[in-house]
Amino acid sequence: MAGITATQLVKEYPGGVRGVDEIDVEITDGEFFALLGPSGCGKTTLLRSIAGLEAITSGTLVIGDRDVTNAEPGVRGVAMVFQDYALFPHMDVGDNIAYPMRIKRVKRDERRSTAERVGDGLSLQGLIERRPGQLSGGQQQRVALARAVATTPDVLLLDEPLSNLDARLRLEARTFLKELQRDLGVTTVFVTHDQAEALALADRIAVMRAGKLQQIGTPREVFQRPNNTFVAGFIGSTPMNLVPATVEGGSIAIGDARVPVPVGTEGLVRDGQAVIWGIRPEYLRWSPTEQPGGIPAVVSVVENLGASVLIAVHAGELKFQVVVPEDQEPAPGDRGWIVPQAPKTLLFDAESTQRIG
Amino acid sequence: MTSTPTPTSTPTSTTTPPVAPPPNVRKVAANASLRHFLSRVAFAIVMTIVGVLFALPMVWLVLAPFDATPSLTLSWPDWTLDNFARLFENPYALRSIGNSLLLGVATMVIVVGFGALAAYAMSRIRIPGRDGILYGLLLLSSIVTGTAAMVPTFQIITQLGLINSYTGVVLVLAGGILPTVIFILKDFMDSIPKSYEESARLYGAGPFRILRDVVAPIARPGLAFIAIWTIVQVWGNFLVPFILLRSPDLQPAAVVMYTFYTESGQADLRLISAFALLFSAPVLIIYFVVNRRYGFRFHGGIKS
Ligand SMILES: Nc1ncnc2c1ncn2[C@@H]1O[C@H](COP(=O)(O)OP(=O)(O)OP(=O)(O)O)[C@@H](O)[C@H]1O
Ligand SMILES: [Mg+2]
Repeated sequence: MAGITATQLVKEYPGGVRGVDEIDVEITDGEFFALLGPSGCGKTTLLRSIAGLEAITSGTLVIGDRDVTNAEPGVRGVAMVFQDYALFPHMDVGDNIAYPMRIKRVKRDERRSTAERVGDGLSLQGLIERRPGQLSGGQQQRVALARAVATTPDVLLLDEPLSNLDARLRLEARTFLKELQRDLGVTTVFVTHDQAEALALADRIAVMRAGKLQQIGTPREVFQRPNNTFVAGFIGSTPMNLVPATVEGGSIAIGDARVPVPVGTEGLVRDGQAVIWGIRPEYLRWSPTEQPGGIPAVVSVVENLGASVLIAVHAGELKFQVVVPEDQEPAPGDRGWIVPQAPKTLLFDAESTQRIG
Repeated sequence: MTSTPTPTSTPTSTTTPPVAPPPNVRKVAANASLRHFLSRVAFAIVMTIVGVLFALPMVWLVLAPFDATPSLTLSWPDWTLDNFARLFENPYALRSIGNSLLLGVATMVIVVGFGALAAYAMSRIRIPGRDGILYGLLLLSSIVTGTAAMVPTFQIITQLGLINSYTGVVLVLAGGILPTVIFILKDFMDSIPKSYEESARLYGAGPFRILRDVVAPIARPGLAFIAIWTIVQVWGNFLVPFILLRSPDLQPAAVVMYTFYTESGQADLRLISAFALLFSAPVLIIYFVVNRRYGFRFHGGIKS
């Protein structure tokens, strides 16, 4: 078992693209750590740099207490599950799981029995003799996991492990992955572009954008106190409402409406400052009658989310999304007021997009 | 080896539309289908003629060896095994088949071994102008074993002191075949997902280990094809051994066949026909054995 410490890590591809740009991150021993970000932000690059599959351009990488910045992948004590699983098509499941042991010259009987034991643990009973091509996507994923954990690595790296599965199987596999990680207690870094997956699984999340780290924190922290408007918009099943506003005489002017200055930002903003006011759609309430601190608006679109409804409303030039319980569903064209839960509102600087307070 | 196609005589049925079309439309349709029918018949006749043309030499190859007096025309044989008896008395005939096999296998081992290594490297390492190098080699390779370069080839091999040795012949043949092989195998290896090798690397496998455990097994159909193709190339090559080998003992079958003359200086068709049949047998056997053992199945990637 081991923690991972990256310091000022840079990976520059030939041609000058910086896949990973001066990243500092400390992953503690036994942690389930998610790398989250939109496509092309460098998640895979960072993961592969940790694995040693990409040569690090500058900075240092420490796994456990060893500096492995320039170490060969084979000696880093890491195992990785690739997005395409990378199961060897010419070996059966047992040989696939046992392959790392074969390289370490473990005897054939021992290899086979370990493979079966690990396979059983991952509900692969009866599949040991099959070829990977004869397995379903979920089974292939478990074989890939079995191969990765069979050698009890210090660090387990997963590159979008769930993205090849269909929606239902993905939920199942998610729970499974979480249990496995808890049982093994192995330091795990997994890459995903699905914020719900990261929120559900990870102990801590690192949000990346264009090779740069935006925020590291627990799921609760990145959800409730995003560092900047990018994280605020990226996390959450419906993106946070972010609207331009100005500070005016101790309150926030949004269009013609006035809302109170968010808790904790008093004294950090000055009169006339341009800001971005943010609130999650879940923390807005829809009211057909006028409310104090409410913003008048007109419903334009109603989307059914099952137990709740997502409505898009216009308040003058501004657009908001609001999550409404199903029994209060308004109709398009209805007039009413959106009411923010004051403690849940956030303020960002309009220029730097960083959170204030 | 095209098989004679059986001429299909079924005219394609004209589909009668449910509602009777105007008479002139029907006539046009009937004309079209007649034309279609005639063109099919013409096609079948042409293909039959072509097929027969290809089949005749095959038939000769099978019948002539058993004919007491074979000629270059095709005739019903006067059955005998005499030709084979005479062939086996010839001191060079059987040995030359063995020689051919030896040359073929030795060249094949070199070509498959080096070809796999070179193709793997070519496929995985970025070299500036890689494709140019490959095409250049491919172009030049046809010259190495071709007639044009025979004098320089002879001189080089003489200088190296490899004249009249199998080493020389194998080197020249392998040199001529390798570029094509590298070209074909590189394509095969390009199609193997890199993640296979990367995951082997993570578990501590070095490049040779990866080539042996992962790349070669997946590229196996390609390697099997290359192996057979190389043997076939060497088997049929006349020029290189003819020029580089002196002793009749060392000559492979393709060269020995050329030496079968009667006392009067005419081609001895009785020996040649029997030898030709013997000559073609090993290649076929090798093909079937390799195909059964190693198979031309392709695993490829599972998902990607
Ligand atoms: N081999 C390479 N050569 C040059 N640039 C590369 C290479 N691989 C990736 N990049 C670039 O590096 C950046 C980060 O790529 P990376 O694959 O790490 O993104 P990602 O976050 O994993 O995206 P995705 O979610 O689509 O997998 C991208 O801009 C990409 O174009
Ligand atoms: Mg990726």
